[in-house]
Amino acid sequence: MTAKHATPMLDELEKGPWPSFVTDVKRMAQKKEMCQDWLGLMEMSFRDKEGHWKHGGIVGVLGYGGGVIGRYCDRPDMFPKVAHFHTVRVNQPASKFYNTEVLRKLCDLWEARGSGLTNMHGSTGDIVLLGTTTDQLEPLFYELTHEMEMDLGGSGSNMRTPEACLGKSRCEWSCIDTQDIIYDITQEYQDALHRPMFPYKFKFKSSGCPCDCVAAIARSDCSIIGTWRDDVRIDQAAVRAYVGGEFVPHAGAQDAKREAFDIKAEVIDLCPTKCMEWDGKSLKIWDEDCTRCMHCIRVMPRALRPGLDTGATILVGAKAPILEGAQLSSVVIPFLKMEPPYTEFKGFVEKMWDLWMEEGKNRERLGEMIQRIGLREFLKACELTPDPRMVNTPRYNPYIFYDPAGVPGGWEHDGKAFRERHQA
Amino acid sequence: MSEEAKERVIEWVKQQKKTKHYFNDLCKALPEIKMMQAKKIINELINEGKLKYWSSGSTTMYMLPSEGDVAKEEKGMN
Repeated sequence: MTAKHATPMLDELEKGPWPSFVTDVKRMAQKKEMCQDWLGLMEMSFRDKEGHWKHGGIVGVLGYGGGVIGRYCDRPDMFPKVAHFHTVRVNQPASKFYNTEVLRKLCDLWEARGSGLTNMHGSTGDIVLLGTTTDQLEPLFYELTHEMEMDLGGSGSNMRTPEACLGKSRCEWSCIDTQDIIYDITQEYQDALHRPMFPYKFKFKSSGCPCDCVAAIARSDCSIIGTWRDDVRIDQAAVRAYVGGEFVPHAGAQDAKREAFDIKAEVIDLCPTKCMEWDGKSLKIWDEDCTRCMHCIRVMPRALRPGLDTGATILVGAKAPILEGAQLSSVVIPFLKMEPPYTEFKGFVEKMWDLWMEEGKNRERLGEMIQRIGLREFLKACELTPDPRMVNTPRYNPYIFYDPAGVPGGWEHDGKAFRERHQA
Repeated sequence: MSEEAKERVIEWVKQQKKTKHYFNDLCKALPEIKMMQAKKIINELINEGKLKYWSSGSTTMYMLPSEGDVAKEEKGMN
């Protein structure tokens, strides 16, 4: 198929050393006229420095309040094939495990029912199918659910598609079964995933260890991050082997070489809490001061391993910087065993959601609400006990705000009586 | 589910000047009901076709079916 629209500016994007999305779309444009018009519309946007997409609408599939995002072009007269170009989010399998057969089926389905363009993956891990028309939505949904046993993901004011790292499937450091946790949350909260009820989006992400490979601490309203509460396991002979250059540090990453390395400079001095000591023969870790940063374990994976009494730290409130800057999650449950059926965790989630639904303002993320009402109110509503581990630098902060209800006798100040005693 | 509560929601929506409403706003019609319970009532209204969703992709709002028309939306009139 010859090009329907000249695209001199987009063509420039194919000239660099990197793979180009323009090349991908042109390839698909050989088969789909929709992609021809997409290229024409993008070229016009580049030329005029103006966007021509309108997002939002009432389109969706029956019974669902999310998973489909209406997209429309504001120049359907010039680009009729992208007059509507809706996005569909497909819930990815836990940790994004699928085989090529599934991917081929999905691509065939999308070429038949949509533009053929995909985005692997969205920020919640969804498989994002880009561009279809309203009449194709119900047939697509039927085939997706009945023939491929896949479901739509979350969008709008829903619980969004939960996401996990590879967890125990591929990683020896994983302290929790992230895949099972995320699958369980997905099944348990189907209603919240498909039918919006929150003031805004709500994201769960789970990482198996504090390396946090899905960046749960930065990107999720509720982060479930694997940790341990006993001691780091140390193989002293392996530590000496690293120091002597028998093992390659960092497991060979970052061009690390098999040579003697300076354990003091590479490990001991980089420990954020200075909880390690090396006397030339053995490594000592004061585990009570360890903050589970994982640095030493990453440098010497054959010598150090996470402990055996494993569970998760639960943190809440991360968000991107749309309002008042980006926020990382804060610890609210320092340690939870996180074993099926996750009853204690779900009890916490439901109390948290009750509070957010009642107190949250429209388009206010959970973290913003906690900032507004205070962590104390949040903890009280979720029936959690304050803990120094919830405070960034507890030993440096002299200010403690007591709750009047928690102090015997309170501290109500009688100004009139004070003035009578201090009349001058 | 209380038919009376559903009617109150629809009446509240009809009285508003705006056509699209947040979930929190709909709950103003049901001040004595907890939000989780209100969600069930509003879901029923959706299932019965008395309310419909409007979504920007990041936020979801609710509207009367008479206010939202796919054909008009696709012609860029909404």
